[in-house]
Amino acid sequence: MAVEPIPLKAPRPRDPAAGAAPDVLAAVDAALDANRAREGALLPVLHAIQDRLGWLPPETVALVAHGLNLSRADVHGTISFYPHFRTHAPGRRIVRLCRAEACQALGARELEAHARRVLGIDFGRTSADGAVTLEAAYCLGNCGCGPAVLVDDDELHARVTPAAFDAIVRDAREALR
Amino acid sequence: MSVRVHVPRDATALSLGAERTARAIAAEAARRGIAIELVRTGSRGLFWLEPLVEVEVASPAGATRIAYGPVGADDVAGLFAAGFLHGGEHALRIGRIEEQPYFARQERLVFARVGVVDPVDAADYAAHGGWRGLRNALAMAPAEVVQVVVDSGLRGRGGAAFPTGIKWRTVLDAPAAAVPADGVPRKYVVCNADEGDSGTFSDRMLMEGDPYCLIEGMAIAAHAVGATQGYVYLRSEYPHARRALEAAIAGAYAAGWLGADVGGSGRRFELELRIGAGAYVCGEETALLESLEGRRGQVRAKPPLPALRGLFGRPTVVNNVISFASVPAILERGAAWYRDFGSGRSRGTLPLQLAGNLRRTGLVEKAFGVTLRELLYDYGGGSLSGRPIRAVQVGGPLGAYLPESQFDLAIDYEAFAAIGAMLGHGGIVAFDDGVDMLEQARHAMAFCAAESCGKCTPCRIGSTRGVELIDRIRAGGARERDLALLEDLCRTMRHGSLCALGGLTPDPVLSALAHFGEDFARAP
Repeated sequence: MAVEPIPLKAPRPRDPAAGAAPDVLAAVDAALDANRAREGALLPVLHAIQDRLGWLPPETVALVAHGLNLSRADVHGTISFYPHFRTHAPGRRIVRLCRAEACQALGARELEAHARRVLGIDFGRTSADGAVTLEAAYCLGNCGCGPAVLVDDDELHARVTPAAFDAIVRDAREALR
Repeated sequence: MSVRVHVPRDATALSLGAERTARAIAAEAARRGIAIELVRTGSRGLFWLEPLVEVEVASPAGATRIAYGPVGADDVAGLFAAGFLHGGEHALRIGRIEEQPYFARQERLVFARVGVVDPVDAADYAAHGGWRGLRNALAMAPAEVVQVVVDSGLRGRGGAAFPTGIKWRTVLDAPAAAVPADGVPRKYVVCNADEGDSGTFSDRMLMEGDPYCLIEGMAIAAHAVGATQGYVYLRSEYPHARRALEAAIAGAYAAGWLGADVGGSGRRFELELRIGAGAYVCGEETALLESLEGRRGQVRAKPPLPALRGLFGRPTVVNNVISFASVPAILERGAAWYRDFGSGRSRGTLPLQLAGNLRRTGLVEKAFGVTLRELLYDYGGGSLSGRPIRAVQVGGPLGAYLPESQFDLAIDYEAFAAIGAMLGHGGIVAFDDGVDMLEQARHAMAFCAAESCGKCTPCRIGSTRGVELIDRIRAGGARERDLALLEDLCRTMRHGSLCALGGLTPDPVLSALAHFGEDFARAP
């Protein structure tokens, strides 16, 4: 008589999509579809998701791991290694301030102190009104005309004084209305 | 015939208002009913004149460009009134850029087309001598191409200065390796465009101003070593370069210079752009390869060399943007032509980048041998603040701080190495006498602590201990003992770290201590 093997205590894999918001699911699916065939697809997939959502919500870890046949530890470890990947939702404008030497030579340290004071936040945080996320950059490549600030991967600013920084923040706040 | 007006779309020019200027020119021309052709170029690299507008006018010697700058949006109506479309007189008129001493005294080999051509127009690239190097290379055997690069004396421009041709020969001689995933034997060409060093922007300017030159250089490398797949690993902090490269790669495919049949040669070369994610250490070649493979950017132990076991374990050429971009001209004009520039064992030209507290910052491509003092004063015009230049950091955040007594040093790999400094990627950052060198030393350690990949202990932990030590030195107390400990720590990091990040962080720290010791003795 055949003996029924005792099942090993292996829980059914959790459905990675369980509880994920529809927009996150759509972003992850699109990112996987567009990039799955590439060699070393993980970074392109993570970029595609963040480009669409602005950040990598927690449920992306299991979804991407499932989609690329990686462990969740692989995905989490990769996300946490790279400063570019955000694990918190950003404000509506992302203001990146250069803290590197060439900008230091032109007053970036003072600008940095000013930025933290007027926004009331540290690097990596978002202002209370949700308008501005302040991020640090170690070189924006505008070293001849520092201090440099990059807004939303789009607008690069040169020779940013505290007054000019205030104007950037004012624009960010007004853009919301 | 419509007048051609050139306005840069380089990131630095944009940061100084070039987009507003371009829009104002288009609007004013429309208002006056004048037909103009607005061409968006890279930057000529004279940043104090940006936004620099160049108008093409007829002259007895053919079409020439008359420059005006810096042109703000508010200046545009006045320029039209002054007849600038025909080279008219105006307070902002500069004349021909080629006649400006800053420009005329340069040797622009790699940057010959930057600021001149429309960066994303493949036909314009061809019209300015593009693809000639690749054509010549495709008519040669791979080993012959490698020999030309060896003979040119070109050394890696990313910072390590390893002879490019020797690297290529290693990859050429390595058998293409298959991996279990697909069983296809393959070699790779990878461009390190993770230009993270503060004070450097030549890679960015080239990619924004002449991206086809990089693509051509990579295609030549692919032919020389037998590679079929290439990647450009670009840092995420360069969105403008990203857009230019995306357009140029698509343009090169459309024109048949990438793909299954490169330039009609029957050879395949596919090229893909990959974006980094803000990790400085990914500029180290093995960390970069890990990142391309989709992992944390942790440094690999060498050997094996990437040339033998690189991306996905296959033979891989990894070169910097400027190294690749130097190759088309070498293949076009020959190794001897390139070799004739430079001095000693440093051959050819280096695009130097003047940054920080200088009046005339920008890009200066010079043959090796020019002195730091010439660059700082003759080109740079001294400090922007008008105060004395106290310290200069060459070669990025891992480069030594040099005092005034060393400004007569020649730009030459060996001359820099002899005093314990490095040329790196050619970035030069000037500080005036307001700088606090203890703070700069602290920043070097803090930067290393933030960017360490964590693989080796001297870098991961040493940098954090370094910050704490420097804070203690500032606070006073057992200063002599702490200084001795700092030097000991630096020795450990230098000799015990796996890569240049931990290994070179002591350079800015110890040079600051050696040359600016008074800043370490000051009371808080």
